[in-house]
Amino acid sequence: MTEDCDEIRLLIQADLDGELRPAEAARIAAHLERCPRCAETQTDLATLAGRVRAEVPSYPASDDFRKALVARLAAAAPKPAQRRRPVLLGAGFGMGFAMAASLALIFLPVGAAQLPDQIVASHIRALQPGHLMDVVSTDQHTVKPWFDGRLAFAPPVKDLAGIGFPLAGGRLDYLAGRTAAAMIYRRAQHIIDLYAFDGTDLPAGLVPSGSRDGYNFIRWTEDGMTFWAVSDLNAQEMDQFVRAWRRA
Amino acid sequence: MKWFQKHDPAEASFERVVLPHLDSAHNVARWLVRDASLAEDVVQDAMLRALNYYGGFRGGDARPWLLQIVRNVAYNALAKRKQQAETSFDDDPPEELMELHDPADNPEVALGKLQDLRRLDQALAALTPELRECLVLKELEELSYKEIAEVTGVPIGTVMSRLWRARQALMRCQTEGCDA
Repeated sequence: MTEDCDEIRLLIQADLDGELRPAEAARIAAHLERCPRCAETQTDLATLAGRVRAEVPSYPASDDFRKALVARLAAAAPKPAQRRRPVLLGAGFGMGFAMAASLALIFLPVGAAQLPDQIVASHIRALQPGHLMDVVSTDQHTVKPWFDGRLAFAPPVKDLAGIGFPLAGGRLDYLAGRTAAAMIYRRAQHIIDLYAFDGTDLPAGLVPSGSRDGYNFIRWTEDGMTFWAVSDLNAQEMDQFVRAWRRA
Repeated sequence: MKWFQKHDPAEASFERVVLPHLDSAHNVARWLVRDASLAEDVVQDAMLRALNYYGGFRGGDARPWLLQIVRNVAYNALAKRKQQAETSFDDDPPEELMELHDPADNPEVALGKLQDLRRLDQALAALTPELRECLVLKELEELSYKEIAEVTGVPIGTVMSRLWRARQALMRCQTEGCDA
């Protein structure tokens, strides 16, 4: 043992907490190879982390409390006359898009830079209470027929519960003038929206992946469809999700 | 495509930026004060304060910013309850509210009764607030060390050692029932 285990143990913990850079993580891995006591520490910490997540409850705000609080905040807002629900979350949004959608299923001239913004914004909108799901089911055989009755194309619905991305449901969205199927997956407390569009025509200069406002997205085309995965998961987990989904 | 245009700062509203973190705020408050009704009082007070301070919020992730306010309000509420309990003769306070002692004397587990802590949630509830909040922010809220440091107002090194102590204490509770 060439390194001080007392110092190393905080780094083992930091590694499990996702706080180490690859080079530091590699140093820890090398130490663990040589030091059974630290290897045991790592196992114990990992076991505890799993148990904490499984056994310790979170306490979200109750619906009643949320409603009362929102009313209280509205009353206390500094300039009530000028404060209103943001347009993008309100009725104006829905009406605008119902009109756009009724024009035809064509991409409106949307710049390459705007499209990821819109996908991420749609994901954020969906995370508002009551917006997330139209059909709630963890069963792909329920979600798929639900889409089939509502879309002119048939997005594949896959269940990835076996590798920690359970299907939670589905929803229809209108984005850039197109109807999109949104499949909702979960990863622990995180939500992943997977959007499927018919067609693969996209504005030029579109990046295949990136992040906006702390949300990561990955885009790919497959079987004549365009897919966008969006979530606040970190880039590695997003990548893992997309690879698993494409393999499934 | 009007709906994602950047609106003026007043329109990047509190509702959209801060309110989505209500569940986090409630969870942290609930774990800090360990009392359902006091937690709601704390969250409401914190949200009203946040609304007042919102003009000074510089953007970025609002969650650590909000949780920092929640934490301060929660500690004030606990201190106030403790004070009230001490000056009142006939009101026997719940003993878990009595534990805001000097962290310098540093027992990892602050509750008097240490039996029955084999259940992990109970063991967590019995940790001192400094250790408990670190673990809740890390494991339940998935904050980074940097964010936890921001919320709790201590250096990252302190966050790391508190997390370590909190986890050791929980592991001890599991193997020894916490009464060792």
